[in-house]
Amino acid sequence: MNPIKRGRIIIFFAVLALAAAPAFAQIDFSGEWAPLYHEDAPERGPGPELADYLELPINDAARMRADSWEADRISVVQEYQCRPHAADYALRGLGNIRIWREIDTATQRLIAVHMHFLAWDSERTIWMDGRSHPGEYAPHTWQGFSTGVWEGNMLTVTTTHLKANYLRRNGVPRSEQATLTEHWTRHADWLTIVSVIEDPVFLTEPLVRSDNWYLDPGQAIGVFGCEPAPEVPAPEGTVPHWLPGTNPNLREFANWYGLPFEATRGGAETLYPEYRAKLRDYKPPEKCERYCACTTLIGPGCNVPPPRPQQR
Amino acid sequence: MKKLILTIIAVGALYERPARSQTASTALEKVEIQAIHVQGNVHMLVGAGGNITVQAGIEGLLLVDTQYEQLAPKIVAAIRRLSDKPLFWIINTALDADHVSGNDALPKLANAGIRQNVRIIAHENVLNRMAAAPRGAEPIVPDKLWPNDEYYLPQKDFSFNGEAVVVYHMPAAHTDGDSIVFFRSSNVLSVGDIFTPGRYPVIDLQNGGTVQGLITALNRILQITVPLKYQEGGTYVIPGHGRICDEADVVEYRDMVTIIRDRVQDLIKKGMTLEQVKAARPTRDYDPEYGGPNDAFLEAVYRSLSIKK
Repeated sequence: MNPIKRGRIIIFFAVLALAAAPAFAQIDFSGEWAPLYHEDAPERGPGPELADYLELPINDAARMRADSWEADRISVVQEYQCRPHAADYALRGLGNIRIWREIDTATQRLIAVHMHFLAWDSERTIWMDGRSHPGEYAPHTWQGFSTGVWEGNMLTVTTTHLKANYLRRNGVPRSEQATLTEHWTRHADWLTIVSVIEDPVFLTEPLVRSDNWYLDPGQAIGVFGCEPAPEVPAPEGTVPHWLPGTNPNLREFANWYGLPFEATRGGAETLYPEYRAKLRDYKPPEKCERYCACTTLIGPGCNVPPPRPQQR
Repeated sequence: MKKLILTIIAVGALYERPARSQTASTALEKVEIQAIHVQGNVHMLVGAGGNITVQAGIEGLLLVDTQYEQLAPKIVAAIRRLSDKPLFWIINTALDADHVSGNDALPKLANAGIRQNVRIIAHENVLNRMAAAPRGAEPIVPDKLWPNDEYYLPQKDFSFNGEAVVVYHMPAAHTDGDSIVFFRSSNVLSVGDIFTPGRYPVIDLQNGGTVQGLITALNRILQITVPLKYQEGGTYVIPGHGRICDEADVVEYRDMVTIIRDRVQDLIKKGMTLEQVKAARPTRDYDPEYGGPNDAFLEAVYRSLSIKK
């Protein structure tokens, strides 16, 4: 075979190979995904205890806001009753999700990745077509505005325009100025999303969390359904809250779990191993009394009635 | 008489600053007007001063608020990109200079070359405060900026561009002449300075504002708004300043004002003076979200709650 002909054949196969491969590294995350709750199970299943700010690098303003939060608000104030988790917290709980791709038929390019959550029927779009984020006067939404880029086989998603919501659903606030960055990776039938929340209003450093799912092709997500209704008689405009210094529940969590109260107050310092040096006098309780062997949130070891709170 | 003089000083102070400040004029020259479609027939114009709401349709144009006189050419240019129809209506949400100073210039520019009078709607308290003057003296607010179609009942409504436009009076909120405007088919509510996301409200005590009236007005807004699904979308709210919002955003704001009212009320019950209340910093968990500590807001809440009924 002459060299020119051989060269043409090589180019032909090279072009063919390029046409069959995606333009960029692209993993398909499509499918029905069921959540795993082995991380932070008590918080994500039954819900966080009052005044549990562990692992949150919050500032004083966030702590004060959380201290004033009164759980009655989500039933007394009708506008809270059907309020969904925002994109950053939606990954944490009732996390059954469906993911599908939107492909442009003419170019076969990936336009968007879509997500549907069991919780509140929330839907989210991650734009992959290079569009820019909206301007500062655009509305904010619970799921925000998301764009994605590939970093090797990892999908990195940036979300802005979130509505104000919570870092933890016990009143720890997250502002609408926050940015959510997610890193999606798939290992066979396992999906991991590492999320990083940066909030210049309430966090002193980024909050990093991870959540996991397994592929569950038989999963059938039903309609969530929620209708606000007056549940508790209260004068119009009532906003339950604790005045500064009056919340009686702040030590409850520390007492139940035998934790140093200062550590439960959160803050960046408490995230690092060096903090243990400050707890030299701390003696862990001899016996665990709450959610001790609880891995599935059902069965032995779970839902242990709390011991009587000791107020100090 | 003392009340009248205070009113004149208060209203006048609102208009002196932009008119006399060379720095302000220079700053206004650099302002660009941004038009954002909200929903249905309704758009929001952002520049300097209060947001302008534009309803544009087959009959013509309706504006809620008019920002500054110096910006009128740019505002009209932005409006003309939305519609070539004449301007029929202006509605003023309150008497603040950054909301009404274009009341004269905008109609002249928008309707240049055609004969079309513009009706300027506001609650009568806006007119009364603008027109107030000591005997024999000129009103501090020039009469060319006054509303010419004031109302005094709790609401005024009419149809324009095929949709119902409902103007509600919100008594004693930001001022005593506040109006909010509901575009029923477009499902958009324009609320002026009763709601300013990202910044503490201005409770203008000298012009009849009260913290309780402000909370009542915010609750009234929540009665009118209906979310589309799960506390999102549905009725959109154009605030006096800031981004396009919906009911959930107003809930956050209402909660903030209510909680701060309760905290200050509690400190007053404990016998604290204004200075002691300021030192207690009852807004410190909201300050990073609402533009930092704001003594004027705290003082207005304190004085509003301290008024003997």
